[in-house]
Amino acid sequence: MAELMQFLLSGLTVGAVYALVALGFTIIYNASDVVNFAQGEFVMLGGMITVFANMAGLPIPLAALIAIAVTAAAGVALNKLAIEPARGAPVVSLIIITIGASIFIRGVAQLVFDKQLHRFPAFTGDTPIQVMGATILPQALWVLFGALVVFAGLWAFFTKTLTGKAVLATSNNRLAAQLVGINVNWVMTLSFALSAAIGALAGVLVTPITNTSYDVGIALALKGFAAAMLGGMGNPVGALVGGLLLGLIEALTAGYISSVYKDAAAFVVILLVLFFMPRGIFGKSSTDRV
Amino acid sequence: MTTKRVTLLVLAILVIISPFFFPSNFYYRIGSLIFVNGLSVIGLVILIVYAGQISLGHAGFAGIGGYACALLPAHLGLHPGLAAIVGAVLSGGIAWLVGRPILRLRGHYLAIATLGFGILVSMVLANEAWLTKGPDGIEVPDLGLRDVLELVGIDLSNSQFWYWFSGLVMVLGAWVALNLYDSPTGRALRALHGSEIAARTVGIDVTRLKLQAFVISAVYASLAGSLLALQNKFITPDVAGFMHSIEMVTMAVLGGAASVLGAFFGAAILTTLPQVLTIFQEYEQILLGLVMMLVMIFMRDGLLPSILRAIRGKDK
Repeated sequence: MAELMQFLLSGLTVGAVYALVALGFTIIYNASDVVNFAQGEFVMLGGMITVFANMAGLPIPLAALIAIAVTAAAGVALNKLAIEPARGAPVVSLIIITIGASIFIRGVAQLVFDKQLHRFPAFTGDTPIQVMGATILPQALWVLFGALVVFAGLWAFFTKTLTGKAVLATSNNRLAAQLVGINVNWVMTLSFALSAAIGALAGVLVTPITNTSYDVGIALALKGFAAAMLGGMGNPVGALVGGLLLGLIEALTAGYISSVYKDAAAFVVILLVLFFMPRGIFGKSSTDRV
Repeated sequence: MTTKRVTLLVLAILVIISPFFFPSNFYYRIGSLIFVNGLSVIGLVILIVYAGQISLGHAGFAGIGGYACALLPAHLGLHPGLAAIVGAVLSGGIAWLVGRPILRLRGHYLAIATLGFGILVSMVLANEAWLTKGPDGIEVPDLGLRDVLELVGIDLSNSQFWYWFSGLVMVLGAWVALNLYDSPTGRALRALHGSEIAARTVGIDVTRLKLQAFVISAVYASLAGSLLALQNKFITPDVAGFMHSIEMVTMAVLGGAASVLGAFFGAAILTTLPQVLTIFQEYEQILLGLVMMLVMIFMRDGLLPSILRAIRGKDK
C-alpha cells in the first residue's frame, strides 16, 4: 500500500510537469493551429536562466521572475519571426519550423550557458514529508501547487476576462473574431507569451527535483505533446488530465513492470486510446464540410 | 521527354558524373550516404506527397531493416543480402499491421501515433540487449558483393563500391516511385491527397490505398536502413530514433516534396550540411535550426522549386 502510494505521488509530480507543458501546447494550438515542438525548450530556458541568474548573485525568486520574463519574450520572438511569416503553410512545414526553432534554441543555450547538469536549492528545504507511509519532497508539493494555480488562473482568464474570451473567439474562428474587432495578431502574441511563461514556470518548479541541462527540452516536448493528444488537442482540461494520466502510467509501469520501458508504456497507452478514441479522451468528434 | 524520364536521367547523370569532381575517397562516402538517405526520402514522398499522410516514425522501419542485416546473419546464418530482403518484408508486414489502426487518424493525431511507433521500435532495440547488444550498437557482416566483383576483375575501394551500389539502388527506387506516380494507384493516391472525401465519393478505397502507401514507404525506409548498416558494418539504435525520423521528413520537405528530384535534393543538402557545419563547431546546431526555419518560411515549396523558379525568372 505504501509502495503504491509512493508510485502515485511520484507519478502525480511528473504528471503535473507534463500537464504544464501540455497546457502550453494547447494554448498555442488554439491560437494558431500550430503544434509547437519548441515547447520543451521553454521549460529548459526557465530552469537554465534561473540557475545562471542565481549563480550571478540574484536571489532565486528574482532569478525565476527574470527567467519567466525572458522566456516569454523568446516565445513572442518565435511567433513574430518564425510562425507569423509562415502563416498558411502546411502542417508538415510548421512542424519542421518549430523543430528547427527547438534545435536553434538548444544550440544557443549550449553556447550561452554550458553542457553541465545544474540545479538550485529547493524552495522550502529537502526534508521529505510522510504521507500514508510514503514520502514526498516539499518541492514536489510546489510543483503540484504550481500546476493547480496555473490551471485555475487560466480557467479564470478564459471565462471571466474579456481578453481571455477574445483568445477563445480567435481559436474558434479566426476570421469571425477579426470581423468583430478582435486584434488576432495581438492574441497570437499573447498566447505565445503565456505559453512560454507557463513552460518556464514548470522549468523553475521542477529543476530542484530533476536537475536541468541544455538538452532536457526535446523529451519534455514529446511527453507534453503526447499528453495533449491523449487528452484531446486544444482542450485545456484534456491537457491537465492527459498530463497527470501520463505521469501516473509512467510511474506505475516503472514501479511494477520495468523501469526501462516506462516511456514505452506511455506511447502504448496513447496508441490504444487513439485506436478507440481517435480524437483523444476529451476531443470532440467533428464533421468536415465538403 | 516526360518528367519521369527527365528525373531518372538527371539522377543517373548525377550519380555517374559526380565522382569526376571528387578530390578524395572521402567524398564517395558522403555520396553513398546521400543516396541511402535519398532512397528513404523517396519512400516518404510516396506517403507524404502522393497520399498526403504524415509519419514522424519512419526511422523505426530503417531500424528494422538495419538490425535485420545484423541479427539474421548472426542468429540464423542468413546471407546479409537476403537478410536485407527479409527485413524489408518484415517492415512491410509490420507497417501493414500497425498502419491499419493508425491510418484512421488524421493530422497531428497521425503524427503522434507514428511518433510513438518509432520511439517504441528504438526503445526495444536499445533495451533488449540480449538480442541487440543494446545502445552501443552491433556489428554487421560484410555483404560480400565487392569480393565477387573483384573476381571478375572490377576492383573498387570499399567506399567506391558503396557509392555505386547505393546509387544504383536509389535510381531503381526512384524509377519504381515514378512509375507508381503515373499508375492508376498513383492517380488514386493523388486524388486522396486532394480530398479524402471526394476520392471516397468516386469509389476509391481510401483505407486500402493509404495502407498501401504506408507499406511501400516502410519498405523503402527499411532497405535504406539495411544499406546504411551494411556499408557502415555497424548499427546503433539511433538509426530508429526520433531525430532520424525528423531528419527524413525534413529532407523530404526541405528539397521540395512535390517531386522525387526535390526529395533527392533535400537529402543531398541535409546530408552534406552537417559535414560542412562541423567547421563552425559549437554553432552547428544554431545554423542547422536556422536553415530549417528559413527555408520553410521563405521557400514554402522547398529549395528546388524555388531555385528553378528563380532561374526561369518568374515571380511567385
